[in-house]
Amino acid sequence: MTMRPMTYMPPVMFAVVAVALALGLLFVNPKEIPSALIGQPAPTFDLPSVDGTPHGLSSADLMGQVSIVNVFASWCVPCRIEHPLWVEVGASGEVPVYGLNYKDSQENASQWLADFGDPYTAIGADLNGRVGVDFGVYGVPETFVIDAEGLIQLKFIGPIDRFALENEILPKVRELQALMVADGAE
Amino acid sequence: MVAELGHFALILALVMAVVQGTIPLIGAQTRSAAWIAVARPAANAQFAFVAIAFAALTYSFVVSDFSVLTVAKNSHTLKPLMYKITGVWGNHEGSLLLWILILTLFGAAVAWFGTNLPPGLRARVLAVQALIGVGFLSFILLTSNPFERILEAPFEGNGLNPLLQDPGLAFHPPFLYLGYVGFSMAFSFAVAALIEGRVDPAWARWVRPWTLAAWTFLTVGIVLGSWWAYYELGWGGFWFWDPVENASFMPWLAGTALLHSAIVVERRDTLKSWTILLAILTFSLSLLGTFIVRSGILTSVHAFATDPERGYFILGFLVLVIGGSLILYAVRAPALKSGGVFAPISREGALVLNNLLLATATATVLLGTLYPLLLDLFTGKKVSVGAPFFEATFFPIMAPLLAAAVFGPMLPWKRGDLMGAFQRLRVAFFLSGGIALAVWAFVSGGTWLSTLGIALGAWLVAGSFASLAERIKLLRAPLADSLRRAIHLPRSAWGMTLAHAGLGLFLLGGTIMLTWQTESIQVMRPGEVITVAGYELTFQGVGDVPGPNYMAERALFSVSRDGEAFTNLLPEKRAYVSSGMPTTEAGIKATWAGDLYAVIGDADGTGGWATRFFFKPFVHWMWIGASVMVLGGVISLTDRRHRVGAPARRRKSATGAAPAPQMAGE
Amino acid sequence: MTRKRQRMIFVVTGLISLGVATGLVLLALGDNLVFFHGPSEVVSEEFPPQRRFRLGGLVEEGSVKRNEDGLTVEFVVTDLVNVVPVTFTGILPDLFREGQGVVAEGRLGADGVFVATEVLAKHDETYIPADVVDALKAAGQWQGD
Repeated sequence: MTMRPMTYMPPVMFAVVAVALALGLLFVNPKEIPSALIGQPAPTFDLPSVDGTPHGLSSADLMGQVSIVNVFASWCVPCRIEHPLWVEVGASGEVPVYGLNYKDSQENASQWLADFGDPYTAIGADLNGRVGVDFGVYGVPETFVIDAEGLIQLKFIGPIDRFALENEILPKVRELQALMVADGAE
Repeated sequence: MVAELGHFALILALVMAVVQGTIPLIGAQTRSAAWIAVARPAANAQFAFVAIAFAALTYSFVVSDFSVLTVAKNSHTLKPLMYKITGVWGNHEGSLLLWILILTLFGAAVAWFGTNLPPGLRARVLAVQALIGVGFLSFILLTSNPFERILEAPFEGNGLNPLLQDPGLAFHPPFLYLGYVGFSMAFSFAVAALIEGRVDPAWARWVRPWTLAAWTFLTVGIVLGSWWAYYELGWGGFWFWDPVENASFMPWLAGTALLHSAIVVERRDTLKSWTILLAILTFSLSLLGTFIVRSGILTSVHAFATDPERGYFILGFLVLVIGGSLILYAVRAPALKSGGVFAPISREGALVLNNLLLATATATVLLGTLYPLLLDLFTGKKVSVGAPFFEATFFPIMAPLLAAAVFGPMLPWKRGDLMGAFQRLRVAFFLSGGIALAVWAFVSGGTWLSTLGIALGAWLVAGSFASLAERIKLLRAPLADSLRRAIHLPRSAWGMTLAHAGLGLFLLGGTIMLTWQTESIQVMRPGEVITVAGYELTFQGVGDVPGPNYMAERALFSVSRDGEAFTNLLPEKRAYVSSGMPTTEAGIKATWAGDLYAVIGDADGTGGWATRFFFKPFVHWMWIGASVMVLGGVISLTDRRHRVGAPARRRKSATGAAPAPQMAGE
Repeated sequence: MTRKRQRMIFVVTGLISLGVATGLVLLALGDNLVFFHGPSEVVSEEFPPQRRFRLGGLVEEGSVKRNEDGLTVEFVVTDLVNVVPVTFTGILPDLFREGQGVVAEGRLGADGVFVATEVLAKHDETYIPADVVDALKAAGQWQGD
């Protein structure tokens, strides 16, 4: 009989572990990569163009239609992997794709565009990376979908692939475009 | 269509599991034979439905049906067929389905082979097993449906994580799950026994084969994982005390303790309450492992698609299963009567010591695994508890266990004589001590730790065979007589000897490898020569080699020894087409003395390449030792007394000089 | 051997092994914990330079340089506010990339350069080490969540 309370030890100890795990899930859970600025306005900026391209990029360009901002750089290898897909999207004309050329040298960037194609409606040269930081960029490439009000609606980290493009990015664009049409009709 | 069929089958399986988890339980309580009889057909049906679902998912992978989300995310048309199939469980959803398949397979196995179980016990075991199934089936259906469709199917899939496209890792999860889930049998038997309020030797005889099978599978799974880490990651290591590795190691430690304590229940009808607790804890640690891997709660190098929502679900399930069973234990266990008394120095005493040390070792691993989480919660400080912690706590606990593992089988039940046992082991003792001292004296570079490791490893090998030799009266009776005894020795005795000796070989290999391995990192240009452990390696250059779904840069090192050509090593760096992700393939040449191991790094841009070589002496002893342990488990399983279905609820009279059952440590 | 005596022996050996294990754990925790710090902490706090720790952050774009020996790599770890230069001799893990998260284990030298003995990588390229995300948050560079 003296042993009886001993058998209550395991459930009590487990309760302690379970509470710790629950708190862990609640408070120590940074695993989901939070999309920095979802639903927030894109930062305000006005950037010069990359040499050899006609237009610079400013936050005003992002207003009035659904658009994609793609952060890229010539020194970025994964950008090369995703680039053909952007060329495709640019050619389709479905949605304007703006480029944010992140911490790059002017001549390398224009050479790179000449080599691999320029799908961008306009490119801003973010020489010191200041605008990139405002966008919450922490690696290149990154892609944002921005709605007609200039709010960031989707952030994609890393190089896109066809799967992400067709199942995540373009559906979001179409959804926002449909929304815009509906709003305009009211 | 096939995917919908799979989805539908899963729903039916859940319905079956609910039926199987309730009706037989009520039937056993009310002694209604008709309700009890529901358990077996329900278990068969549940397994059949899950098997259909699994086949449906496998089919979707094989035909690359990218309209199924899981397939689109994890497969690719270019992938070789084998990896299309293994890709089924290379992701969260599919691996969960595999887990459930194995769970229901074990349930069905009880229905098939458990014909001589008392119907009440069998109904309760199957009901508990089904309740676990209810949890996992609702988890997969509610949070991780593998058959989810996408509206516009992409033309090409995303590809499988290249690291998983490897035979070692492809077959690592199924074995691991066979082990994890196998322990659910011990759990179900334990909970059923608590409900019945009866634990007796016959109960232990039913539990042991399941536990032994699970232990054997888990050993294979863990070893496959380490072996993969060894040749694939290019670091030359095999165990990193990472949380996810610990998650598989804790059930292994607890399961090893359970194997040993169940022997005491079977032979001496005592330690019942403890054995029940161990059975619950072993499966609980398996569930905890699942939680750790899939909730992303702990930082680990093994990333699974993690999702906090899934974490909450598993945690809730964990609380229900573990908390519920432990409370049942708290209420019911005091009623279990303990059997025969025994002296501290006895077979039972040795098995208790084994359990005590293994449980303590499990607890330290658990603490080290959860400590970063606890510290973060209470102080906000980020720490990692790495290998040094586990080495400083785990090995001091294991050393006395290994030393005592040889004594245990030499001690009789009830009361033993330590000096007498030592007398009979003195040859093994002086042999292993002599080997360790000789290595210490004649081989430079050893430490006191390596000397201890060699002594313990040799002691395990020599001592295990010494006790075997004693049993067959080797050299003390005519050789033909000894041979006859060896043949008639129970298979479980052979199994135990092999498992203990295998552990010794593993320890020897690990100690020697870690102490005397040589490593060399340098930049080499084509034509340069490096000497490692007496081998001259000439760098011949790097060429591009296309694979089925990757491009590889393959280096060629021609190896010669004493001026004679010996072999070529061909380490690779691969870049996979679908994801661009790079992987490393080490070039390894196994020799009798150890492995010669080469890795190619990055080009330095001026024609040189970073290269890394190891010579790892005796490394294959580790893999051989682990295989011998597994062989021991398999041979034990073939023992007539362990054959599933063999035991009946009658106590056999044979005791006294009866052989140590399988795996008897201590 | 009475049942009572047997129980006594169990309890005593149990307590002894528990005591030894607790001692081992406390000793090991004292010596072997490796704390994790982000660049901002490393720059702002007084750091005992002999202590090993893990440095986490992002590999700054364009900062990776290979020394002439071909094996020593220098790079800068950043949390987008502060930076810590790192040197590492050896073969970097496959998934080490500029702009991506990294965790390095080692010591801070007197010159402020972190000498890494180990650079850790994940088995999955889409994954950012949780500790790195925390370091970014601490530096105020990670909005949301």
